Amino acid sequence: MADPQAVASTIKEKFPEAVVEIVEFRGEVTVVVTPESLLDVARFCYETEGLEFNHMADLAAVDYWPEEPRFAVNYVLRSMTHRHLIRLKVYLPDAKPVVDSVTGIWAGANWPEREAWDMFGIKFEGHPNPRRILMPFDWTGHPQRKDYPQGYEEVQFSFNYDRVQAKKPHPEE
Amino acid sequence: MTLSPYQLTHATEIETDNETVEIALEQLRGLVSNDAFTGDTMLLNMGPQHPSTHGVLRLMLELDGEEIVHCLPDIGFLHTGIEKNMEAKTYEKALVMTDRLDYLNNLGNNLTYCMAIEKIAELDVPLRAQYVRVMLTELQRISSHLIWLGTHVLDLGATSLFLYTFREREHILDIFEACSGQRMMTNYFRPGGLWRDLPEGFEKMVRDFLAYMPGKIDDYERILTKNPIFIERTKNIGLIPVEKAINWNLTGPALRGSGVNFDIRKAYPYSGYDHFEFDIPLGSNGDVYDRYLIRMEEMRQSLRIAKQALDNLPDGPFRSDNRKYVPPPRSELGTSMEAVIHHFKLWTEGFKLPKGEVYVATESPKGELGVYLVSDGGTNPWRVHFRTPSFVNLQSLGWVSEGYMVSDLVGIIGSIDIVLGDCDR
Repeated sequence: MADPQAVASTIKEKFPEAVVEIVEFRGEVTVVVTPESLLDVARFCYETEGLEFNHMADLAAVDYWPEEPRFAVNYVLRSMTHRHLIRLKVYLPDAKPVVDSVTGIWAGANWPEREAWDMFGIKFEGHPNPRRILMPFDWTGHPQRKDYPQGYEEVQFSFNYDRVQAKKPHPEE
Repeated sequence: MTLSPYQLTHATEIETDNETVEIALEQLRGLVSNDAFTGDTMLLNMGPQHPSTHGVLRLMLELDGEEIVHCLPDIGFLHTGIEKNMEAKTYEKALVMTDRLDYLNNLGNNLTYCMAIEKIAELDVPLRAQYVRVMLTELQRISSHLIWLGTHVLDLGATSLFLYTFREREHILDIFEACSGQRMMTNYFRPGGLWRDLPEGFEKMVRDFLAYMPGKIDDYERILTKNPIFIERTKNIGLIPVEKAINWNLTGPALRGSGVNFDIRKAYPYSGYDHFEFDIPLGSNGDVYDRYLIRMEEMRQSLRIAKQALDNLPDGPFRSDNRKYVPPPRSELGTSMEAVIHHFKLWTEGFKLPKGEVYVATESPKGELGVYLVSDGGTNPWRVHFRTPSFVNLQSLGWVSEGYMVSDLVGIIGSIDIVLGDCDR
């Protein structure tokens, strides 16, 4: 079963309520599923004969701020036996960016999920080691969110001295 | 004051502040075995300034004597926010940042990012550009493997080979310099083709190198392949079983060392790889020695591909003539108003891509390099995500190294072949 559309319709048949839509763009098929059913769909993709998505190529989070639902998590799945690819996608609201962890299925999702937590603040429930990975452990905020400033220090002049001074990092004590 | 688990081994803190140690130990609970808390095993910090960690990798080791009980990699020391910074640049300007990811595979990173743009834009790439891309990325693969070989055996105690491999790598860098003006941060592939056509004398440089290199690879093999010390240090060390290799999403030589026949160049041919004949070397045991043999054979196969690409290099344009994405040639600017407009638009505003998202993967020297590119219809990428082989492969280091000696660990790190710029981004 090399045709991704056929894979997508197999998933749609099995989970008619969970699949929100099937998008095809430039030959890549994306199956958008609800966050609650992600784990079931992922396990179905992993176990079912003929699908056997045993390799997770990529896990990436996206921030669509200020749109709502704000976040999306993409899982690019690949089958080493059949060589087909499909992308699962879940949309998560700003108020509750929580989705089940797939580390129980693909152990290699461990660090990519930690990265998504670190950079976007998306919680993966059931992750064995849910800590920051790239940023320092005491960092506040999630740098790759669109409302996180990219950098640039405001120049301190006499008219804005106090405002800039208050924002400068000081040691806590 | 709180400490991260990894700040534990700061010697003065341990002696002076028992409370700090208690807090730090508590954070390690669950990640290391309980023996570490009773003092039956030792916690040892390795890196980030350790020469065998190939950059700024930090490892928290739990040791029972000299045997590794647990190994916790700690990364992020080289995090530079490349993905975030690319969102603030136009598509073409963001290309320079891809060079800095895996700084031993610049052209491969350029290629993957350009292919993602070309896929969204449905931009055609002339055959000549595709062949040049293949040839140069294969030379890049050899140069990356040469660095891997030199540093890997340097860790294991063979000093002289390091000098030999860097000598050979210099020839490849000379070729890149002739093409792009830069030895490392080449930025030579552009969306739609190449920055400029190949320089004069390029063919002779590559032909000389193709004639020169096979003998050198034989030399390396003569030094290492049957060397009893090398075999002792690498055979049956760092075993990766097939099921675990797939489950932990390993790619590249780390996966093929276990005997899984998966190479993106063969499985999903891109940039005209289906026009070339080459073999995918496979291992059987999945140990450090197998991964060494695979990389040595890959160098030979890369020479083979580069030779075919050079022999069959087609004539023709070196970049697409789609003026919406590719700047017009200099000669047109004096005579064509349209060319001036396109030139101005491309260098001020940049081009716009249709709305959509793609995932493009190529086979980098270290494994699968993927780019997930989201376009919102504007001139800047909305989101660029790099699925880098070092990042995904490195997470396996913990379980692969368990049960081996500390001295084997440096061999295992080398055999996974990481670049921390690629890992931390």
